[in-house]
Amino acid sequence: MTLMQKFLGATAGLALSAGAALAEPALIFDLGGKFDKSFNEAAFNGAQRWSEETGNSFREIELQSEAQREQALRRFAEAGANPIVMAGFAFADALGQVAADYPETKFTIIDMVVDAPNVRSVVFNEHEGSYLVGMMAAKASESGTVGFIGGMDIPLIRKFACGYAQGVKAANPDATVVANMTGTTPAAWNDPVKGSELTKAQISQGADVVYAAAGGTGVGVLQTAADENILSIGVDSNQNYLHPGKVLTSMMKRVDNAVYQAFTDGSDMETGFNVMGLANGGVGYALDDNNASLVSAEMQAAVDAASAQIASGELVVHDYMSDDSCPALNF
Amino acid sequence: MDVMPKWAEVVLVPLISLLLAAILSALVILAIGEDPIAAVNLMVTGALGSTYGWGYTLYYATNFMFTGLAVAVAFHAGLFNIGGEGQAMLGGLGVALVCLFIPWPHWTIAVLAATVGAAVFGALWAAIPAYLQARRGSHIVITTIMFNFIAAAVLNYMLVNILRPAGSMDPATERFPEAVHLPSLHDLLTPFGIAFSKAAPANVSLVIAVIACVLVWVLIWRTPLGLEIRSYGKSHRAASYAGIGAVRITMIAMLISGGLAGMMAINNVMGEAERLVLNAVEGAGFIGIAVALMGRSHPFGVFLAAILFGFLYQGGAELALWTSIPRELIVVIQALVILFTGALDNMVRMPLERIFLAIRRGGTT
Repeated sequence: MTLMQKFLGATAGLALSAGAALAEPALIFDLGGKFDKSFNEAAFNGAQRWSEETGNSFREIELQSEAQREQALRRFAEAGANPIVMAGFAFADALGQVAADYPETKFTIIDMVVDAPNVRSVVFNEHEGSYLVGMMAAKASESGTVGFIGGMDIPLIRKFACGYAQGVKAANPDATVVANMTGTTPAAWNDPVKGSELTKAQISQGADVVYAAAGGTGVGVLQTAADENILSIGVDSNQNYLHPGKVLTSMMKRVDNAVYQAFTDGSDMETGFNVMGLANGGVGYALDDNNASLVSAEMQAAVDAASAQIASGELVVHDYMSDDSCPALNF
Repeated sequence: MDVMPKWAEVVLVPLISLLLAAILSALVILAIGEDPIAAVNLMVTGALGSTYGWGYTLYYATNFMFTGLAVAVAFHAGLFNIGGEGQAMLGGLGVALVCLFIPWPHWTIAVLAATVGAAVFGALWAAIPAYLQARRGSHIVITTIMFNFIAAAVLNYMLVNILRPAGSMDPATERFPEAVHLPSLHDLLTPFGIAFSKAAPANVSLVIAVIACVLVWVLIWRTPLGLEIRSYGKSHRAASYAGIGAVRITMIAMLISGGLAGMMAINNVMGEAERLVLNAVEGAGFIGIAVALMGRSHPFGVFLAAILFGFLYQGGAELALWTSIPRELIVVIQALVILFTGALDNMVRMPLERIFLAIRRGGTT
């Protein structure tokens, strides 16, 4: 028992000296994990870039379950972290509750809109970037059939699929788009095995280019595509390096820039509604040494032309979430 | 006569188990290059150092009291109900239906109705494995754990296809109306001049959990039904010789057990989230098994063990927030505590019994 007493005594002593104040920014990752090579990792990279440039540190947490969202938010706000950035649409409800309780703290939510005076909402025009990679898929495909594998079946992911299908049809009106979703719950963001199975199923239907918009599930899609010797398209982060020469391109969603910007603006950030599209570099496609041999000059010229047209407003890509329907694809 | 004195049985065995788990956890933390003293310190300040920390500790403890009692009641009847997870999920569905579709004038009435709703749904979910055990001899351990998966699938279906409000992407119900908002400990303690953190989720359900502890004690040790349950648990054959029906006791014990597990939902669904989300139970159904084992299936023991596990849960969450200890290792630490206090009970008990025997022999000769 004396050992126990010493042990408790030591902790009690240390307890008194703890509890330092903190004004660091904080980042909350959504389910799927920090190193999903996709969405969450893009957010992490943005925070990391900020940290390297400024020499300051930041706080972060990976969620273990849906029920922890509000606690993570409150804990950071309670400890004085400012601003608090959360990556994921699912935080909207929890943030709606928490934001009002901490009017001095600034929050940034990505992929969803929360209307509160201290919240910055950042949404992306994923349909525009997906349109570009859809054009590339159609041009790279020899079979005329391309695939789409989504994560959780929600309007946001259908927006990716719809933009992609429009791009495919623009480049090749006769092409077929096969679209599948991994699941209906957040578990679908981190199910590489199912992603792999869906890829095989799409290959058996003739697909020779597969676009994964599925967070960590996409790792399985890209792996299987490389194993089966077809092309794949990554999402959110630049995933070209995962399988050099096998990943056609990646639809870049610059979540990293959104996080970086929020951290840089700090506690004086302007709140409100931000849309990140092709025009302001929020989305795009990735071109580097790993996929240079796959992208022909003609393909690149066509995509860059379309990109310029979309940015100038000359070409409008239909947004699935505007009316819950898609002219180019049936779900 | 017992080998060990009562105090050793109740105090010494859990304490030594806990100490062993703490030492092993410290080694784990050392092995990944973090400071174990700082980690313990962080857990203690995070979970008990502020009313905010207490609020979360007590919130988790409330969950574990309900699920711990659920497992304990089934234990007394010799049944191992490991389906608390699924029963609590279904309890959440019951609470959500009661809160969303009936306009309640005041939370006091709503909480009674929600308690009934939660208990009925949880009990019904336990009733099927109970019936299969009682009438068909299907082993209750297998059926209850399988029912956890079915419950998760049912909840997925309900939240994705039926209860999700139009236009929402998150598979969750809409918020419950303001009228069914349960008062938090902040609201309850302010009239007494105690400033309790406003942000913490501990709420009036804690009181209900404590009342449930008392009622379970009365049921098990002060009623004829409790006597029947206990005798059936001690020896099935002796009980049936005494005229206690096996089917009846199995059904009743499991219905009470499932109802208690379901009642957890008034805390996490109605009290905290105020809407039904996926994974709302967060493993509390399984923690309940460890709580009941550590608490020796006695309601007071369950009460204490639930607070300990509440501390571990909240302390673990703090570790995840403020250190670079990865979340997987925090699960390892929590699992070590469960392993030592719950599953490896005899590892501590048998050497202790030997020591006490030796002392007693030394005393008599």
